[in-house]
Amino acid sequence: MSQPESEIVQFDNVGLRYGTDKEILADVSFTLYPGRFYFLTGASGAGKTSLLKLLYLAQRPSRGLIRMFGTDAITLPRERLPGFRRRIGVVFQDFRLVDHLSAFDNVALPLRVAGVSDSDITKPVGDMLEWVGLGDRRHARPATLSGGEQQRVAIARAVIARPDMLVADEPTGNVDPEMALKLLRLFESLNRLGTTVVVATHDVHLIRKVPESLIMRLDKGRLSDPTGALRYPPRRPSAHNAL
Amino acid sequence: MSLLSSAREMLGQRWRSTAETGDSRLLPEAQLAGPMPWVIGIMIALTVVAAASGLALRNAARTASADLEGGVTVQIVTAAPAERMRQSAAVLAALQQSLDVADARQVAQEELNALVEPWLGTRPGDDVEALPIPALIDVRLRGPATKEKLAALRALVKPVAKAARIDAQAGWLAPVFAAIEALQWLAGGLITLLAFATIAAVLLASRNALGNHRETIEIVHMLGGTDRQIARVFQRSMAFDAAAGGLAGLLLGVITIAALGHQFAGLGSGMVAGAVLRWPDWLAIAAIPVLGVILAVLTARLTVLAALRRML
Repeated sequence: MSQPESEIVQFDNVGLRYGTDKEILADVSFTLYPGRFYFLTGASGAGKTSLLKLLYLAQRPSRGLIRMFGTDAITLPRERLPGFRRRIGVVFQDFRLVDHLSAFDNVALPLRVAGVSDSDITKPVGDMLEWVGLGDRRHARPATLSGGEQQRVAIARAVIARPDMLVADEPTGNVDPEMALKLLRLFESLNRLGTTVVVATHDVHLIRKVPESLIMRLDKGRLSDPTGALRYPPRRPSAHNAL
Repeated sequence: MSLLSSAREMLGQRWRSTAETGDSRLLPEAQLAGPMPWVIGIMIALTVVAAASGLALRNAARTASADLEGGVTVQIVTAAPAERMRQSAAVLAALQQSLDVADARQVAQEELNALVEPWLGTRPGDDVEALPIPALIDVRLRGPATKEKLAALRALVKPVAKAARIDAQAGWLAPVFAAIEALQWLAGGLITLLAFATIAAVLLASRNALGNHRETIEIVHMLGGTDRQIARVFQRSMAFDAAAGGLAGLLLGVITIAALGHQFAGLGSGMVAGAVLRWPDWLAIAAIPVLGVILAVLTARLTVLAALRRML
C-alpha cells in the first residue's frame, strides 16, 4: 500500500463573503497535493479569482478552515505570512507589474524580496527573460510593453524563485497560441520539478494540453469535481476524458 | 535643478554606492516624500535660530550673573560733602579689614558724574557736581553675596557710617534675569512646537506616500515582502530628504545667527556682549539637523509600520 501524500493545501468548508453580501464562495472543500497540476475552471463570476486569492493568502476566508504547508493559515500570525507567500508564485489576472521597475527588475523582485544578492540575480533573471522571449526588452518599463509581453513578465516573476506552489489566474489570456503553449510547457517543467501548479482558465484547449492534470470546477461559488481531483487519493484520469 | 534636489541626489548616490540593497528598488524613492526637504529645511532653520537665541541668552545671563555674583554696592547717602567723604573713608577702612571682602574701591566723582549725566543733562550751565550725589563704594566679595554676608557687612559698616546703604548688585538685575529665563523657556517651547510640527509633516507625507504606492506595496506583500523591508524604503527616502533639508536649514540658520550677532554686537552694551555662542553651543546647534533626521526617520518608520499592520 502506498504512503499517503501529505497535502500542500487543505480547504475545509470555506466560505467567503465581502461585507454583508451573499457568499461568493460557499462550502468549498478540497485538498491539493504536492507535485500535481490542477486546473480551476468555471464561468466568469463563479469565484475563481476569489478562490485563488485565498490560495495565495491575499484574503482571509469568512468561515471554514484552511491549512497550507501543514500550518493553519487562518490563525497564522501576520509576521509569518511573508515566509508562506515566498513559497507561492502568483500570476495575477491583471499582471500587477510594478510600473516604475523595468522588466528585469520586476522579474527580479521576488528574489530581491527574499534577500538574494544582485550578483546572484543577474543570470537567472536574464535567462528567464530570454526564455519567455523578452531578452531584448529587459530594460523596458511595463507601460511600454504589450499585453502579451506584460503577461510573460508576470509569469517569469511568478516562477523565478521556484515556488512550492504556482497559482496562475488566466495566465495565457493575452498571448498567442504558440506562446500560450510555451508557457504551459514552462508550468509543466516546474510541475515536474515538484511545484504544485494551479491554473485558473476558461480555455478548454489549454486544459487538454495537460492530460495528467486534475480539474476543479467552480459554479456560483461552489466547487464540483469532474476529474476526481477532490477525492482522496485523487483519481488520475485524463483531463481529455473529463471534458 | 534646485540646491536641495542636488544635495538630496548627492546624498542618495553616496549612500547607494556603499550600501546598495534590493529594498531600495521596491518603491520609487524620489517620489515618496515630495516637498519634505523644504519643510524640514525650514523647520531646522527656525529651530537653529530659536536654539541659538536661547543659548545666547543663557550665556548672557550667566556672564552677568558671574560678574555680579560677588558684587556689593555701598552708598553713602548724605547731603553734606565733608561728612560723605569722612564716612566713605571710614567704610573703606572697615571693609578692608573684613575677610569676606576681596576688593573695595570708591567710585571716582568723574565716573559718578558720567553715570548720572544722561538723566541730569549736559547742557551748558548744568553743574552736576553741585548735586548731592551719594558716594559709591564698589565691593567685590570672596564668593557670592549671600544674605548672611550682607548682614555681616551691614554690622561692620553701620557703626562707622550711619548714612551707608548696602545692596547686592545681583538684586538690581533680578527682573532682567527673570525676563531672560522667560525668553529661554519661550525658545524651548518654540523648539518643542517645531519638533511636533516636523513630526506632523513627516506623518502626513508618509501617509500620503503610502496611499500613492498602495498597489505596489500590496504586490511586494504578495511576493513575500515584509513590513520592515517596505518601511526601510520609506525610512531611507526620508533620511535623504531630512539630511538635505537639515543641511540647508542649518546653513540658513547659521547665516541668520551671524547676521543677528553682527547687529547685536553693534549695540556695545555690557550685557549683550555676554550673549555669545561658545563652541559647545555650536556643537549643540550642529546636532540639530542630526536630531531632525533621526526624528523624521523614526516618525516615518512608525507611521509606515502602523499603516502596514492594517493591511493583510
